[in-house]
Amino acid sequence: MTTLLEIKGVSKHFGGFAALSDVSIAVARGERFGLIGPNGSGKTTLINCVSGSLRNDAGSIVFDGRDVSRLPAYMRTRCGIARSFQIPRPFASMSVLENLAVPLEYVVHRRSLHTADTRGEAMEILKDIGLADKADTLASSLSQVELRKMELARAMAAHPRLLISDEAMAGLSSNEVSEVLEILFKLNGTGITVIMIEHIMQAVMKFSQRVVCLDAGRIICEGSPAEIVANADVQRAYLGA
Amino acid sequence: MRFWISSACAFALAVLAAATLKNEYYFFAGYTVLMFVVLATAWNILGGYAGYVNFGTPAFFGLGAYTAVVVFKATAAPLVVQILAAAVMSGLLGFATGLLTLRLRGIFFAIATIAVTVIMETLFINWRYTGGATGLQLLRPAPVWPFESYITMLFVVMAAMTVAAIAIARYIETSWIGRGLRAIRDSEEAAECSGVSTLKLKVFACAISGALMGAAGAPMPMYLSFIEPASTFNLNYAIGALASPMIGGTAHYLGPVIGAVILSTIQQVVTVTISSELNVLVVGVLLVVFVVAAPEGILGLVKKLFPRKKP
Repeated sequence: MTTLLEIKGVSKHFGGFAALSDVSIAVARGERFGLIGPNGSGKTTLINCVSGSLRNDAGSIVFDGRDVSRLPAYMRTRCGIARSFQIPRPFASMSVLENLAVPLEYVVHRRSLHTADTRGEAMEILKDIGLADKADTLASSLSQVELRKMELARAMAAHPRLLISDEAMAGLSSNEVSEVLEILFKLNGTGITVIMIEHIMQAVMKFSQRVVCLDAGRIICEGSPAEIVANADVQRAYLGA
Repeated sequence: MRFWISSACAFALAVLAAATLKNEYYFFAGYTVLMFVVLATAWNILGGYAGYVNFGTPAFFGLGAYTAVVVFKATAAPLVVQILAAAVMSGLLGFATGLLTLRLRGIFFAIATIAVTVIMETLFINWRYTGGATGLQLLRPAPVWPFESYITMLFVVMAAMTVAAIAIARYIETSWIGRGLRAIRDSEEAAECSGVSTLKLKVFACAISGALMGAAGAPMPMYLSFIEPASTFNLNYAIGALASPMIGGTAHYLGPVIGAVILSTIQQVVTVTISSELNVLVVGVLLVVFVVAAPEGILGLVKKLFPRKKP
């Protein structure tokens, strides 16, 4: 398997606080990759550095053989990195369908706006995700689980090769968790590499082929879900024992 | 199609009025109302769609007015050339301002735009060629055929610019550009992660908005036969341009039009019948009433009261 995303020695400081120090991760094409760690361990900072919301201070981020660490976020989305947000950030004044039209118009059909059937394509994605009946609903009146699904749908609309799901299941009921999990499995089945950041251990352990655990901005453990659960450092990080 | 027919009708009505009405005052007042429609429409492109509150209207408007004066004084070029030159200069100012300030968000951007106004005013106070702080008296050239009065001609020109401004705003609103701007207003970070080049789009909106404001300012010196910095860079233009969309509704291109017509008409009536000082109070009271009672403006209110009908 070839590498799709390579994070090489990335560091990020906020003033005197080192949120990430010398983090290196390689994610293979088509992999289901889990990223875990206690609160404040740097998971979201790392994802922000990959998606371009933040710039890393040191190291480099190579996506599909190209160094993207200096590209603005919208260029990285066009390269094929899409993400959902931990706290959903819908375009609240638009309908669900229009929310998807933004990436469709700005990423996929940039050069073929007049011929593209954005509406039809957005409906296809909504059907896959199970939001088709909400297509014309205003995003601001969606429920929590619908918002999470729309976040994923909007990320999908950018036709990504790498999807980063940032705690898409936080605060959901166990039924809803399995619903979202199923969606992510399905997306991965179509060849999309998925990085899942999650606190819900059952979900991340069930989903991931490989897991990295961060603590205080450093990788403390890397391996299969079973190895992670058994690792003493991980137990210490989570339980403080 | 309906839009173009109604625009053509409205413009024809303005021309008809110009051909028949003899009292010049109507055109004097009507010009001001239309000017505020253009300013409000222009403001709404950045302020309404993208949500970046701009207090710099006087800077763009005033630069347009002074550009027209400079062009007129140097070359005696006709009004159309003055307007085009004004639009270019103010568009460039919008581009530069956008590039420098649009990395700031919310209140910080608003403050930066006030600073731009102050800078522009200071610049023209100190420029002798345009009369410095004392200003410049201007002699109106003869009106172009078929017009008999210069004011009537300016009124018709402003009516044409109004149609143009609304058409541009409508195009932006209904195209992918408008969707991108709305995405920026709703969540800039999510917009960026959805592939929207937020800075480019904001700078573009700022430049277009500035160009339209400059064009609206270009006929002003001839309208008054006079120009001077303090009134040209007056903050009242900023307030009018900002209050109208708030009153009419920022989401639709008709919002600023409705707001500006209502607001400026009331202001004109109050100025004539009561006092020009009371003007500002009218804006203030209307703004407070609408922010409390109809935060999405008249159009938002109509939508709420008649949910099926589209405004």
